[in-house]
Amino acid sequence: MTDPQAWNDRKVEDVIGNLLRVGVVLAASVVFIGAVIYLVRHGGAPANYRVFQGEPMELRQPRGIVHGAFAFSSRGIIQLGLLLLIATPILRVAFSVFAFAAEKDRMYMIFTMIVLSILLYSVIGTG
Amino acid sequence: MTILEFSLLVAIGSMAAGLLGSLTGLGGGVVLIPMLTVLFKVDIRYAVGASLIAVIATSSGAAAAYVREGFSNIRIGMFLEIATTIGALLGAFIATWVAPSTIAIIFGFMLLYSAYLAAQPRRKLLGDEIQDPIATRLKLNGSFPTPEGTRHYCVHRVPVGFSLMFGAGALSGLLGIGSGAVKVLAMDQAMRIPFKVSTTTSNFMIGVTAAASAGVYLNRGYIDPGLAMPVMLGVLTGSMLGARILVKAETEWLRIVFGIVIALLGIEMLYKGFSGRI
Repeated sequence: MTDPQAWNDRKVEDVIGNLLRVGVVLAASVVFIGAVIYLVRHGGAPANYRVFQGEPMELRQPRGIVHGAFAFSSRGIIQLGLLLLIATPILRVAFSVFAFAAEKDRMYMIFTMIVLSILLYSVIGTG
Repeated sequence: MTILEFSLLVAIGSMAAGLLGSLTGLGGGVVLIPMLTVLFKVDIRYAVGASLIAVIATSSGAAAAYVREGFSNIRIGMFLEIATTIGALLGAFIATWVAPSTIAIIFGFMLLYSAYLAAQPRRKLLGDEIQDPIATRLKLNGSFPTPEGTRHYCVHRVPVGFSLMFGAGALSGLLGIGSGAVKVLAMDQAMRIPFKVSTTTSNFMIGVTAAASAGVYLNRGYIDPGLAMPVMLGVLTGSMLGARILVKAETEWLRIVFGIVIALLGIEMLYKGFSGRI
């Protein structure tokens, strides 16, 4: 069904360009919405980043972040935007696996899968 | 300082960092972290986490534009990303167990090195015709459009470039910067890839490298939404403005000013690191 010629490097570059642009715009919009709610609710509280405490567990893992955002926590919404941003280059790599497969380039498909596994391990497996 | 005041000031500062970073081609991370730690007294671990977020945002935004011009080489990028992502993962793990003052000291040296690089005029190196058989086997050699037609190039010294990329990744994960300077060094100087291809491919790789360490920072609770929010939005706005003016701006004197600023920041970071006040 997929014509290998149709998936030349040019077309892949086009899709990747769009993917990155949409990802960044989407992430920035979610962060912005979260920011407005955060500043309205907590803008008057004192800011303190001098002492490192670390984030609570629900802001560390994808599952907890999504949960927090849907519970309308402003920090959860911002964190969801940041998670979308981190996911953007990962999606780019995932798409490249598919693109190299369509080009029947086995070697690069394997290289890309190595990079993808490292990225997924980083986001999901290092808690 | 209230959260509202803090967020606005950090956003303005980050915008300036993003603007300077994109105009000079040195990236915003190098000024961002000293600014957050020295000026805003933010703990360096939060600063590194927020900076990584900014790095992903700007690099993805810029790569979206570059990748279409046909300069970046996706195969070179993907192959070298194996080295940068493993390095980034390692760098991020190291960052979670060394003392913050150690990170400040390494950062200080890195700033001095970047200042030195900024002061250097850009040299043009031409690749010779001897091909690296590894590059041929890995299909790394490529071409790019020029006004005079398509120009082909060969990639040299692949193992050296690959090792340097591992270092670039580790530095990025440890310090929360894009380490575009080391990436360009590896591709332009060691692998003799044409400058334009090196810079655009490096930009393309930075987001993936930063994502590899950002995952670790997120899982370890180093990414604070309240801090990353003004940093990300500020840097993104600044770098987009920078890309607009870049075409007409005279950047040579700007590089020198920027070089002096980061040298001073480097000395400050070294002082704070060695005196344990960070």
